[in-house]
Amino acid sequence: MRTVYVDNNATTKVAPEVLEAMMPYFSEYYGNPSSMHFFGGQVARKVNEARERAADLLGADPSEIVFTGCGTESDNAAILGTVDSYPEKRHFITTRVEHPAVGNVSTYLSRKGYHVTELVVDREGRLDLDELKESITGQTAIVSAMYANNETGVIFPIEKIAEIVKEKGIPFHTDAVQAVGKIPINLRKLPIDLLSLSGHKLHAPKGIGILYIRKGTKFSPFMIGGHQEKGRRGGTENVPYIIGLGKACELAQKNMEDENTRVKALRDYLEQKILDRIPNTLVNGDRVNRLPNTVSVSFEYVEGESILLLLSDLGICASSGSACTSGSLEPSHVLRAMGVPFTAAHGSIRFSLSVYSTKEEMDYIIEHLPPIIQRLRDISPFWKDYLKSQGKK
Amino acid sequence: MWEYTDKVKDHFLNPRNVGEIEKPDGVGEVGSLACGDALRLTFKLDENKRLKDVKFKTFGCASAIASSSALTEIIKEMTLEEAEKVTNQDIANYLGGLPEEKMHCSVMGREALEAAIANYRGQKITKEDFEIVCNCFGVTDREIIKAIRENDLKTIEQVTYYTKAGGGCGHCHPKIEALIEKVKKEMEREKPPARPEKKKLTNIQKIKLIEETLGREIVPALMADGGDIDLIDIDGNKVYVALRGKCSFCPSSELTLKQYVESKLREFVSDEIEVEEVRP
Repeated sequence: MRTVYVDNNATTKVAPEVLEAMMPYFSEYYGNPSSMHFFGGQVARKVNEARERAADLLGADPSEIVFTGCGTESDNAAILGTVDSYPEKRHFITTRVEHPAVGNVSTYLSRKGYHVTELVVDREGRLDLDELKESITGQTAIVSAMYANNETGVIFPIEKIAEIVKEKGIPFHTDAVQAVGKIPINLRKLPIDLLSLSGHKLHAPKGIGILYIRKGTKFSPFMIGGHQEKGRRGGTENVPYIIGLGKACELAQKNMEDENTRVKALRDYLEQKILDRIPNTLVNGDRVNRLPNTVSVSFEYVEGESILLLLSDLGICASSGSACTSGSLEPSHVLRAMGVPFTAAHGSIRFSLSVYSTKEEMDYIIEHLPPIIQRLRDISPFWKDYLKSQGKK
Repeated sequence: MWEYTDKVKDHFLNPRNVGEIEKPDGVGEVGSLACGDALRLTFKLDENKRLKDVKFKTFGCASAIASSSALTEIIKEMTLEEAEKVTNQDIANYLGGLPEEKMHCSVMGREALEAAIANYRGQKITKEDFEIVCNCFGVTDREIIKAIRENDLKTIEQVTYYTKAGGGCGHCHPKIEALIEKVKKEMEREKPPARPEKKKLTNIQKIKLIEETLGREIVPALMADGGDIDLIDIDGNKVYVALRGKCSFCPSSELTLKQYVESKLREFVSDEIEVEEVRP
């Protein structure tokens, strides 16, 4: 069976170039970068090269790049490492649509007695910047807002948010796990203090992430240990993965244009054909300020898990914000925060493309998706009721 | 990804009895769009009052569709009295099991069946007659109690898996906990005392049972009073025993034999037992 992988916001394929770059560091070059001898030193040089490549992609200085174990660690370290640096400040601001790596840290802080503000979004998934302005107090320790949403692809106006926060002299963190590699980010121009990214979302392997910490930012290490990463993250460097991530950052920069032209066109093509061919379908989230690779569509009167399993039966790998897929009973917190009606929230499907996606794959999806939706609507008691109600009008 | 059995996959990919019967004898509807799953069950009876035709329409995940399909297959050809006895566990078993988090799909099937039968009989089960415990999913105390009883649920998490109650804001968790406690107490009270059922016994079974009962129920009590008892012979329902120790010269030995030994043997072995004392 063929595989059409359109779930790249969940994880991506390790690029062959990345794997190739990593391999020698499992075998011949196994030295510890901290060692004094030449054998460790040659590895340290390669780790620093990777750091430079990551810094280049972000418009950062290499000294501001801290390698971590994953995106979740970066998010946890950024927020908890900052509140730890300002023990007298007991207020945390974030949004309602964050990934659990931030959302559950927010819950944790709330349990610890912190005052937490979770900013609301509108029907299109957009923030109200006035609410942000009004929420900031002298007690605010840090503001954390995601760069782009994993479910809808909606991009927050990070520059404006960062300016508002920095104007008040408060540290600003952004979870950019979904944004890095998909849209250009230049930290020389953006007043962001802390930024998280995850390797496996940009064709590096799972198990490696980065926390960017702007020079001069107060930060208490989350992982306490040796002097590695300039004392900001203890633990022997995960050398092969760091080298792999460096290579992936280099590739991401090379592919940035392709991502924002060809991949975006493929996404638009897929989206338009779905809307044309399947009635009662709507796109979730702001269609203008959106990642080029992501589309979240809701099919009314059917349920997401059923759609996913029928797609999966044809080799198509996508994702859903429906309740049933996650084991929770309510649809995704993102769609609920946006106020997507229940008729649609349970039937949401996310397609997320990558530079490896092809037009032929989009056509395969477009060919098979309409009969799947029709088949499930034929089983659904609400579809006939809906048709009846339309007939009476 | 969920670990679904092949049977669940089969009933999801090839659901049986999809549709709606025109002018049905009974129709049952449960669930809602808001809750994420819903089932509409319709049936028609034949001249012998058996379920001739059963059809379903379901909005929901794979296990909801599979559970609905399984339900229709299970109850076809049954009388309503037989169908009434089908439990959510029967539906899950038919499918070779469901992930525990998905058991509410089987409960939804059972509830739709119950609603359809009530509809046929002109009864109405309305939520208004009961207390809504979980506001997020509109689950009543009646539904929760039934699920706890039928599936022997012990935790709030399990109640959520089976009924969805408590799966939203979580405000009803204390109420659910109280219901679990209440049902637990009720079930303990209803439990019949642990006595073996009296059945027709073969001679060998009877002899063994008499020996066991003497050893377990009678000897320890007599020994506590310094006495003892020996089994001498058994002839049909006549049991010949000899009292030993203090019992052998106890003035109330006749009473011991009739009221204690005989009544115990009648209780555990057979109502027709007669005990006779063999004197040395």
